[in-house]
Amino acid sequence: MKHRSFFWFFLPTGLAMLLFIAMPIVSVIIQSLYAPHESVLITVENCGPFGCTEETTIDQEATRALEEAKPLGRFVGLDIYRDRGHLAFAELREAWQSGQGIRGVIDTLGNLPFYRAITFTLVFTFTVTPSLIVLGLLIALAVNSLHRHLKGLMIFFSLLPMIVTPLIGSLILFWMIDSRGILGTALQSIFENPDLSLKASSELTWLVLIIYGIWHSAPFAFVVFYAGLQTLPSDQLEAARIDGATRWQQVRYVVIPHLMPLVTFVALIQLMDNFRIFEPIVGFNASAHATSLSWIIFNDLAGETRQLSAAATTSVLTIIGVAILLSPVLVRTWREYRGSYR
Amino acid sequence: MIRKMPLGLRLISSAFLIFWLIMAAFPFLWTFWGSFKVELDFFSLADWTNALFGRNTVETHGRPFTGAGYHGAWIAEGFWRPAINTAIVCFFVVCISLTIGTLGGYALSRAKARYSFLLLILALIFRAMPPITLVSGYMLPFFEWNLWGILPTTIVVLVAINQPFTLWMLHSFFQNIPQELDESAKVDGCTQFQAFRHVIIPVMWPGVITTALFSFLLAYNDFAVTSVLLSETNRTMVPEIAAFLGTTYTEGNIMFAVAAVVSATVPLFILVMLFQNRIVSGLTAGAVKG
Repeated sequence: MKHRSFFWFFLPTGLAMLLFIAMPIVSVIIQSLYAPHESVLITVENCGPFGCTEETTIDQEATRALEEAKPLGRFVGLDIYRDRGHLAFAELREAWQSGQGIRGVIDTLGNLPFYRAITFTLVFTFTVTPSLIVLGLLIALAVNSLHRHLKGLMIFFSLLPMIVTPLIGSLILFWMIDSRGILGTALQSIFENPDLSLKASSELTWLVLIIYGIWHSAPFAFVVFYAGLQTLPSDQLEAARIDGATRWQQVRYVVIPHLMPLVTFVALIQLMDNFRIFEPIVGFNASAHATSLSWIIFNDLAGETRQLSAAATTSVLTIIGVAILLSPVLVRTWREYRGSYR
Repeated sequence: MIRKMPLGLRLISSAFLIFWLIMAAFPFLWTFWGSFKVELDFFSLADWTNALFGRNTVETHGRPFTGAGYHGAWIAEGFWRPAINTAIVCFFVVCISLTIGTLGGYALSRAKARYSFLLLILALIFRAMPPITLVSGYMLPFFEWNLWGILPTTIVVLVAINQPFTLWMLHSFFQNIPQELDESAKVDGCTQFQAFRHVIIPVMWPGVITTALFSFLLAYNDFAVTSVLLSETNRTMVPEIAAFLGTTYTEGNIMFAVAAVVSATVPLFILVMLFQNRIVSGLTAGAVKG
């Protein structure tokens, strides 16, 4: 294809991505360097019969004029990154110097919103991703051994948790685990503890969110692995069987190596998707116990006072997180590409 | 593949599958069944069989099933409006993103220059961006230019966020269409666009329809973009359900939210029923290509 025709074919989609993905990233970075204007104060001297008093008030008109003239706000450099809502350097330094050592720092981290969110995001990402791969593989192996007619039915029902809107899926589960819902009541009677509520403690909330994450994404792994099993080289399996490999050994040394590229693919996609976890926190009404980076941004944006600068700063930090998460894959892909063209 | 299983393994495998089947399907059945009850039955504190037989529903409405939740959600709370908004958004997002995505994906699959690889990698990076991080970049410009809160803006944003995925998927579909087809058309004197128009378009529909399904799901399921970028009157279904929760918990009309949730799930259910095989092939198309 000629460069010219490539250009025209690619122009619409390229333009869409440039304007609505690349430019917003730039805009987010710029916005994160500006803080909202401080209100303009005026001091008026009121002189009465009992002498003069000075009164300081907010000059609404001047403030609004300033906001209209410079909607970005005032330039503050990296100040927002350092404040309490984000990286909180001052608080951390204080905790470090308070003499309690690592414990003090960890305690402080637990109270800082950004660090709480990143802890949950990382724990969620790195527990859900491996678990869903294992569960997906088990379902794929089990379904593959079923009769032909049952396979279609299994695939249909397995797809549901993945296809359904994340917010809706989490609401459905949330109503079931409610202390008055069927699962909540069942757990109460199993543990003989009428006060048991999955929403009450941080640990249980995290557990519920993680289970939701696995429930939601395991079907994806299942479908991909199931398709991989259909292309399994039968001669290799035959050879392994003739050599006396047990069923487990066949799975371990033939099936799993065959599926390995798919495992990498699923892991990559799921790391990206789990890192952005957000809807379940809204659906499970869990923000008191678990917050994620995306949730913080949403909370800043959707509130009454739209805190654009705070949201932008968290966004930049999230993007950096995504970049770190993705870097091994990118480096590997780039090396392979260079290798294949040499 | 693996020959006859021993009985023990067969039992374990069946038990595991039944467990998974219940995990996957039961919540939907339960909520669907419960949506025709009153709240006291849906959340049956006293006796869980109430949720099955609806004793309180019989007391209130004289029948074990009631459409009160649906009536409340669709008519009293006006859920039909967000439903129409969702239909508009999904329709336009699918049409626009496929039109421009097909052109771009075709170009990427036929270009041999290095930049086409770089563009694909760039698209992968864009795919990894959580949409909500981009949303905070839109806010100020959209407010300044008075674009905030209306459906067309949201449609364009969703199209753009959809593009990286659409490009990857269509790219791998077009790679499966032999190059010789359009090459020979070009030898016969067609321009690149004519070759695309007369040779590729007639054979590309399976891939395009599969991609359309996923574009639809992205637009339909989105919460982050629509809830922040749409004003209250223009909301689509998913943010409207989230907004329901805020108001209904206080009013005790949680059944409205349950009915709305079930209503919003029905189209997805039908979609899976009709297009199960296409969804499966779409999920694996990306995987097999890497």
